[in-house]
Amino acid sequence: MSNATGVPINHEGDIISARQLGRELSIEAGFSGSDLTLIATAISEVARNILTYAKRGEILLEVVHLQGRNGIAIIAKDEGPGILNIELAMKDGYSTGKSLGLGLPGAKRLMDEFDIASTAGIGTTITMKKWAP
Amino acid sequence: MRVPILKQGSFLIATVQEALNDQDLHRLQNELSEKIGRFRSRGVILDVTALDVIDSFATRTLCSIADTTQLRGAKLVIVGIQPDVAFAMVQMGLTLKGTETALDLEEGLELLTLKTQESH
Repeated sequence: MSNATGVPINHEGDIISARQLGRELSIEAGFSGSDLTLIATAISEVARNILTYAKRGEILLEVVHLQGRNGIAIIAKDEGPGILNIELAMKDGYSTGKSLGLGLPGAKRLMDEFDIASTAGIGTTITMKKWAP
Repeated sequence: MRVPILKQGSFLIATVQEALNDQDLHRLQNELSEKIGRFRSRGVILDVTALDVIDSFATRTLCSIADTTQLRGAKLVIVGIQPDVAFAMVQMGLTLKGTETALDLEEGLELLTLKTQESH
């Protein structure tokens, strides 16, 4: 992520900033229409996840290229408590917070690639990508 | 950002202007609940036309506003969910089950009028 732009996530207003920047970079990458809303929604979910569980963190956004295609990469990083059971966290309807439990599995459905790396006590990094049509 | 709540006859109309945070939504819920009592309102329209994203958090909040309104004896209709937003919600698996929706303010008022007549 050499040219990534970082958005610190410390309070709720930052979620909106991350969404807006995500939209701008997605347009740059060649996305349009409903894809922009899908990407903004996925960013919203991972940013919300940072606030809820880690209190603070960062969203990195970058236009990426692979085999002649453009896409957007979104990395959500925090140094929070970590996700103890990733398999469970990715199950629809499961939540340790007071949410619907559809945030992370939902975000995964909106994107083409989705990966979670998490270590208890160290933090969580979620990497998502979507490729422009 | 505060959500303006207008009184129109026996209905209340709340128009969400931009992305709301936790506190805004909580305040909206309380104000609606209080105004339903003060104005003896029979119905509430929640206009979300300006929302460009409805994520799982916003969905939960909308459902909770709907529940509160219902417990206060009024009917709630959510209007103005944008096509792209609806598409994203479906992909996410988010639904507003048990909550009435209508295309826009006009349709919403029509639906509310019908609903509140039914219950007389």
